[in-house]
Amino acid sequence: MVTLKSLPEEELFLAGSTACHGCPSSLALRIAFKALGSNMVLIVVASCTSVLQGSYPLSAINVPLLNIAFAAGGAGASGAVAGFKALKKRGEIEEEPTVVMWGGDGGTYDIGIQSLSGAAERETNFIYFCYNNEMYSNTGTQRSGATPLGAWTTTTPAGKHQHRKDIAQIMIAHRIPYVATVSLAYPLDFYQKMQKAKSIVGTKYIELLAPCPPGWKFPSSKTIEVSRLAVQSGMWLLYEHENGETRFTAATKKIIEGKVKKRPVKEYLEMQGRFRPVLEKPEGKEAEDLLEKEVTESIRRLKGWVPEYI
Amino acid sequence: MRVLETGNHLVALAVRAAGVEVVPAYPITPQTQVIEKVAELIAGGHMDAEYIPVESEHSACAALIAASLTGARAFSATSAHGLAYMHEMVHFAAGIRAPVVMANINRALGPGWNIWCDHQDSISQRDTGWLQIYVASHQEVIDSVIQGFKITENWSVMLPLMVNLDAFVLSHTYTDAEVPEIEEVREFLPPYKPRWKLDPRFPVTHGSVVYPDDFSETRQSMQIGQNNARRVIKEVCRDYAEVFGRWHGDMVEEYLIDDAEIAIVAMGTLASESRVVVDVLRQEGLRVGLFRIRFFRPFPIEEIRSLGERVKSILVIDRNYSYGMEGAVFTELKGALYGFSNVPVRNLIVGLGGRDVSYELIADMTRKAISGELGEITWGDSRITPSHRVTLECLEEFKKLLG
Ligand SMILES: Cc1ncc(C[n+]2csc(CCOP(=O)(O)OP(=O)(O)O)c2C)c(N)n1
Ligand code: SF4
Ligand SMILES: [Mg+2]
Repeated sequence: MVTLKSLPEEELFLAGSTACHGCPSSLALRIAFKALGSNMVLIVVASCTSVLQGSYPLSAINVPLLNIAFAAGGAGASGAVAGFKALKKRGEIEEEPTVVMWGGDGGTYDIGIQSLSGAAERETNFIYFCYNNEMYSNTGTQRSGATPLGAWTTTTPAGKHQHRKDIAQIMIAHRIPYVATVSLAYPLDFYQKMQKAKSIVGTKYIELLAPCPPGWKFPSSKTIEVSRLAVQSGMWLLYEHENGETRFTAATKKIIEGKVKKRPVKEYLEMQGRFRPVLEKPEGKEAEDLLEKEVTESIRRLKGWVPEYI
Repeated sequence: MRVLETGNHLVALAVRAAGVEVVPAYPITPQTQVIEKVAELIAGGHMDAEYIPVESEHSACAALIAASLTGARAFSATSAHGLAYMHEMVHFAAGIRAPVVMANINRALGPGWNIWCDHQDSISQRDTGWLQIYVASHQEVIDSVIQGFKITENWSVMLPLMVNLDAFVLSHTYTDAEVPEIEEVREFLPPYKPRWKLDPRFPVTHGSVVYPDDFSETRQSMQIGQNNARRVIKEVCRDYAEVFGRWHGDMVEEYLIDDAEIAIVAMGTLASESRVVVDVLRQEGLRVGLFRIRFFRPFPIEEIRSLGERVKSILVIDRNYSYGMEGAVFTELKGALYGFSNVPVRNLIVGLGGRDVSYELIADMTRKAISGELGEITWGDSRITPSHRVTLECLEEFKKLLG
């Protein structure tokens, strides 16, 4: 049984990061490093994580790191995986390091989806980690394909009119061996999913909902609380998909089993300034209802259906 | 090993001989046979490498860079739109100092779609930091790939290298050529020893944020790499000739320049065509020589200055065009001569989009250059008519035609 106390003490995310206070990507890196250990290589696509690692000649990341272009995550990982395979054949290394690609929602849902899809279809042996803060943070809060309906960004000043896409489902459709969603409010669930991903051969896709204090407009001390309410309201569902089956985990499991009551989406929206412009308008109620409906639909889809002939 | 093969297949055989370990690639005419052959060699157990069938050229170059940074020897091949599509990563490869080799089969860029040869694709990548070779024969294709790795992996260079070969003229024609034995090559080119790499035992961050305080230094160091390459290229080509007995020139290749009055300057197979021109015109008593630019990057500045001292005029053939200016080689050559020589230089633009360039045409233009009849820039084989021009008169004509 993993407990918070039993997590490795070694910190591969060092002091000196230039992240904002309460930054979800840096919190996630810390947990991921503990789960994966030091025999790993990190690829990072253009995003806040390119910046928060610190600038030349200093780095807060104590594993080998290759910063690569925005659209190139899956491909960069593919090259690294192939390179290490070659080194092993040549007798240069004994064990191939775990290759982890770390990118934002922009680098995953939008510009990087082709490269990710290609790597997954080629069954590349790596972990693709998407920290989804539901917008382009690094360039100053523009909308992405992950921005939820109703959310303010600088390019959706009146609130976004479209739903976010469900990329984890797109990844499941690639028939990769492991897809999981994680939350900073459930660190042990997160940790165990990372460890499991490490133990599986093939493409593993892990996505974190990454509440970003400056972008979502909430105090930097509340990253974990917002993360928790996202799960409790159903706006972020925790699950893992393996061997063709989806299994809900942590608080999501309890909600679905009816052991814990789901909190209204409204509470989650009200915690963040980015929904205020839409909530203040008459169509605020409509947006809220649409998001509630989105939650129900997502759960229904994830629960799946069993054909009658089985 | 003596083989009868296409230029494209020779690239693949050279890649195998060079001990390449990772090949990410995406197909495009006229490059496809290179990667088909590599895939076939690997699948048949004749080559021990990882082939990554990426889903785009942008990804091909990204995978190439990452593979190289692990410490493996990596190669790719592309052409035209593929090269243009990977442009961001072409810069990236040089900036992150990945010593990779890529074959580019020189092809025109559309629209309109045109799969035939010109140099617009690679010339458009001029300022990325890559070293660029333009080859003139099948044998040179093989030898340049092997030399290429030896040059780029030199710790004083560490800049990627592009081997450019002309579409169809080289890529799809068969000739017999000598492919060196793998063991022989391994002695000349031992497994890649990286200067920096992705190694969990020595964690280093590559390509992080660099503020203005440090940026110029990273860029000047690329130029130092290019400058060092001039020396390394000469050493490698000399050593290669000693080991394998073949010489294609180093930075440049000269043919009958010493007593020439006019030099034809060309790259790629138009230089081979120009060699015939030299022979023909010499029979007419004209003192013509050929100066083939083999390395376009680094640019052969010293060699060109020495050429400027030796000849009375120069005719530069460009198989590309820098719109709003002139042929790119013409510009560069004049830049190198500036302040050192006043020889008149003329520019001949021919062979765009694969138009066949005959030696007769080049000979004719050279005669005109000698007699002073050739203008500064001549589109030597263009048959442009008023209807090709986008002018108001032309639109008026068009309207009339439409009624
Ligand atoms: C080809 C290209 N286009 C645009 C950019 C500018 N850019 C850098 S990061 C970024 C947004 C990243 O968003 P996301 O992936 O969600 O990561 P976040 O910044 O939110 O951490 C953009 C648009 C770029 N670096 N490269
Ligand atoms: S803007 Fe958000 S994601 Fe970016 S560094 Fe700050 S907290 Fe982290
Ligand atoms: Mg983002």
